[in-house]
Parts: sequence; C-alpha cells; structure tokens
Amino acid sequence: MELLERFAAGDVDAFEALFRQHQGEIFRWLMRIVRNTAVAEDLTVETFWRMHRAHVRFDPAMGNCGAWLRRIATNAAIDHLRHAGREVPLPDELPATAQQPPGEQLELRREILRAMNKLSPRLRAVVLLALVEEEPYQSIAEALGISESAVKLRVFRGVRILRKTLSEAGVHP
Amino acid sequence: MKEPEIDDLKKLLKDSLPPAHGVELGRDLWPAMLQRLDQRTLRVPWWDWALLATLAAVLCFFPGIIPALLYHL
Repeated sequence: MELLERFAAGDVDAFEALFRQHQGEIFRWLMRIVRNTAVAEDLTVETFWRMHRAHVRFDPAMGNCGAWLRRIATNAAIDHLRHAGREVPLPDELPATAQQPPGEQLELRREILRAMNKLSPRLRAVVLLALVEEEPYQSIAEALGISESAVKLRVFRGVRILRKTLSEAGVHP
Repeated sequence: MKEPEIDDLKKLLKDSLPPAHGVELGRDLWPAMLQRLDQRTLRVPWWDWALLATLAAVLCFFPGIIPALLYHL
C-alpha cells in the first residue's frame, strides 16, 4: 500500500514518514508568515496535528500532500495572527538588510511593523508572502484556497492601507 | 494603483523586513509531535467531566440510591 493510502488508513508509521518528509518545507512556509522561529515550530506541529486529525477525510487519490499541508499551515498561521491580536507587534527576528544608519533603520522598521499590524491577519499574510517573500500569486492562492485575482485584490488593498498608515507616520514610500 | 507604487513599497518592505528564504528548521520536531499526540490520548472530553459531576451531585443529594446502585452492579 502506498504511503498516502496508509496514512489515510490511520497508520502512524506512514504519518511519521510524511512528517519527516514535509516538516522542513512547512516550517519554512510558516516562517514567511509569522517570522519567528519558536512560533513557526509550534505551528508546524499544529499543522501536522490538524492533518492527523483529518486523516479520515484525506483522499489519497488527490496525491499532492504538500499542497494540502501548506493550506492547513496557512490557516494555522492566520489563526495564530488572529489570536495574537493586533496590539501584539509582528515578531521579526530576521536582521534588516538596508544600508541605513542603525537608529533610522530601527525606527523605520518599527513604523513598518506598526503599519503591518493595522492589516487584518489575512491581508498581512498575503502582503508578506507577495511583497516581502515574492511568492507567486498562484502559490499564495492555492495556500489560501482563493483565486489569483482575489490575491491581487488583497495585495492592492494591503498596499493601500500600508501606504496610508506609513504616510500618516511620515514615511513616504 | 500603479505598479511602480507597489514596487516602491515592496522595496521599502524588503529593506526593513528581509525575506525568510534562507531560514532552515534547526531541529527535528517529531518528538514534539509525539508529545502532542500523547496529550490527545490523555485528554478527557468536557461532557465526560460534566457527566461525572452530575453523578457525584446526585449521589451527594440522594445517598439512598447508593445501595440500589451497588445492588445492580
């Protein structure tokens, strides 16, 4: 029996094999949305937990387990952003790349994070994936379960809100 | 909104929030996953607790039914 069929039948060894096969990919995807290692690790486990819980509904004929997992992961990340609340700053432990003086760079980053927090979790995820990570619209659409045109629309809405918030703070992109 | 406006904002965002492309998973998460799966087996649904609480309350208020219950066990 193939791995996916065994997983659908509830075989824990098959689940472990799938976990080991996809954990790195799912962690990297989650890092792009939550930008914090500890949170991305927790959400990776949450993603596979949700996958395990839904194994009865999984159709092995669908084949693409990676895409299914990415969709679960995206929903888990959006749930996390929603529960973390807007008042909690977007965690970002990655170093900035701009060649500006450290003080200015820190201030600019703070304003950008503040503007990002004004976005709804779904818009924030789309903006990060599309503009910062430069993921193709098609893969964002698949991960969110929406159409490419809906992704474009969300990017436009996100950009409009970000530009307005940054302008109010004196930052003019 | 024009494409250059999006590109300007994209550049600003990327300068301040670098892409997370190169970040790799530093440890195997399978032990954490196993722990999560074990927690599930130990978890008792809330309605079981509610049933137990109801039974305890009934026995507390009507202790006379205890011998009858024991007789039927």
